[in-house]
Amino acid sequence: MNLHEYQARELLRGAGIPVPPGEVATTPAEAKAAAERLGTGKVVVKAQVHAGGRGKAGGVKLADTPDQAAHVASKILGMKIKGLTVEKVLVAPAAQIASEAYVGVIVDRGSQSPVMMVSPAGGIDIEEVAAKTPERIFRTRVDARYGLLSHQAMALAFHLYSDVALVRQAADILQKLYRAFVDAGGSLAEINPLVVTPKNEVVALDAKIVVDDNELERKPAIEALRDVSSENPSEVRARHANLTYIKLDGDVGCVVNGAGLAMATMDLVKYYGGEPANFLDIGGSSNPDKVVAALQIITADPNVKAILFNIFGGITRCDDVANGIVAATKQFTVKVPIVIRLTGTNEREAVRILEGVGMKAMTDMDQAVQKAVEVAKKGGAAA
Amino acid sequence: MSIFINNDTRLVVQGITGRDGSFHTKQMLAYGTKVVAGVTPGKGGQKFEKAVPIFNTVAEAVQATGANTSVIYVPAKFAVDAVFEAADAGVRLVVCISEGVPVLDMTRVMPFLKEKSVRLIGPNCPGIISPGQAKVGIIPGQICIPGPVGLVSRSGTLTYEVVYQLTRAGIGQTTCVGIGGDPIIGTNFIDCLQAFQDDPATKAIVMMGEIGGTDEQNAAAFVKAKVKKPVVGFIAGQTAPPGRRMGHAGAIISGSSGTAAEKIAAFEAAGIAVMKRPMDVVELIKARL
Repeated sequence: MNLHEYQARELLRGAGIPVPPGEVATTPAEAKAAAERLGTGKVVVKAQVHAGGRGKAGGVKLADTPDQAAHVASKILGMKIKGLTVEKVLVAPAAQIASEAYVGVIVDRGSQSPVMMVSPAGGIDIEEVAAKTPERIFRTRVDARYGLLSHQAMALAFHLYSDVALVRQAADILQKLYRAFVDAGGSLAEINPLVVTPKNEVVALDAKIVVDDNELERKPAIEALRDVSSENPSEVRARHANLTYIKLDGDVGCVVNGAGLAMATMDLVKYYGGEPANFLDIGGSSNPDKVVAALQIITADPNVKAILFNIFGGITRCDDVANGIVAATKQFTVKVPIVIRLTGTNEREAVRILEGVGMKAMTDMDQAVQKAVEVAKKGGAAA
Repeated sequence: MSIFINNDTRLVVQGITGRDGSFHTKQMLAYGTKVVAGVTPGKGGQKFEKAVPIFNTVAEAVQATGANTSVIYVPAKFAVDAVFEAADAGVRLVVCISEGVPVLDMTRVMPFLKEKSVRLIGPNCPGIISPGQAKVGIIPGQICIPGPVGLVSRSGTLTYEVVYQLTRAGIGQTTCVGIGGDPIIGTNFIDCLQAFQDDPATKAIVMMGEIGGTDEQNAAAFVKAKVKKPVVGFIAGQTAPPGRRMGHAGAIISGSSGTAAEKIAAFEAAGIAVMKRPMDVVELIKARL
């Protein structure tokens, strides 16, 4: 789960990192009032959406006066950045910057540990720095049992500054950032830019935190930061039904048990000349209600011209899935044809259930995918 | 022969009285796995299915029964503690089925496992089966038969699909390992490839990868350098959009890294025969046995 910049700033401030003041506004009037309260003269108004490249998209603007803040907020609020509507802006003092650096921590798959990274080339996307000037990024592997040790933080900070007073401030921020990252259950936390003000204070100007979804159950305070308005409504619905659903642009709706098989099914749809409409994993232990929810979500997508079930019964029982399909068709009309492939646990029982309502089931994945693609190409006319 | 588990496997089940644990313990017993103990705190002294003694701690279970392998079916938030407990109690292999384990928990347990020289398979995995000898986890036993193919995969049901294709064609398996779909896992492709290379009964290897990370690329380099047996590979997720987690926590294309195309290219460069469809496994393996 991604946090908004203003939420990440609050977490970092709570961890003791110097963060300039700032307020969230949802209307131009609120933005004006925020700028007045800040009383710092020039402010920056920043779109709060889960998308990179906000500045390039016109989602970050400077304002000299509170009235101007209201004006730029009216331009930014409601605009779309990478398909996401801006609902909130952050109003913060426009900082005077002497230098910009990057500091961040990620969970590194290769070393199987957190890795702290710093770069004196801050203010731009760190992936760009990694691609163009990788020698300007410095990394330290952290043993998660001990956390980021003081000497490690100091050694990293010396890559940013030569003045030891600044180094000590930066090292302190690095350790606090690491603790905030762990406390939030992060898979990434970064400050970009970390700046030095004209008064020689090191402060965090922009913050980003990505939370590991697996942490949310035990961190209700972080879960409470979820912004449902920034998510696809079908995906929210799927999450509530304990399904994993990702919408795509094709016309073959897919309902599969297991993530790997779901991806392989989508790939096979493409292989046979079709386009998958979605990724959908109904998970291991299927109950008929999940299948009903899955069908509701998929049929809500107007692009879908055929629905393909691909179920390999292990823990998932094929008869549960069949019962779900039958229950769904009784609850609402499924207007597009359904192609069903079932094999494994309780397969025969499933076939009997489906035949009882005049539906057919196939046992071979390859044939079922070909059939679904064919049906979708005909515009979903005949199953 | 086989890798990691065999007739000498003596299994302790952590979470034996839970919904998943009890269901799959029955399946493992029916398959012939030597399930020697179960652990559920507070139920020590009881027996599971009137046969398997239950203990309060893994240490007691290991001491009383000589268990050398553990399988974990506890909820995700308790899973990493269960891994610590098993490793501390002296088993050599821990198989963690639980899905949803926080990745930071994994960063804490991995160095501990290395110090103890304990192998972890998973988490978020279907487990491991050496057909005809033992199964540890949830892979359906009836879709496997003994034979010469070693299989390693990041997924569950996709593994079943491919194993089923092989079995229907009469091609059996030495061992099938589901290593799990998380970003940090205890046993990776290279560990399994090395073990299959060293196992005289394994004549060919099937490797099922997916998008996200660089394990497949590293494995391809390892195959080229060290593996003398034929390897057949598959990568799931060619149609996956970047930046989205495709069900598995580890199945995500970050920026432009971890794509299916990149992994398929690495496989091909290493001489691994790449399946275009899961069903292609049969022809590709037949041609190499």
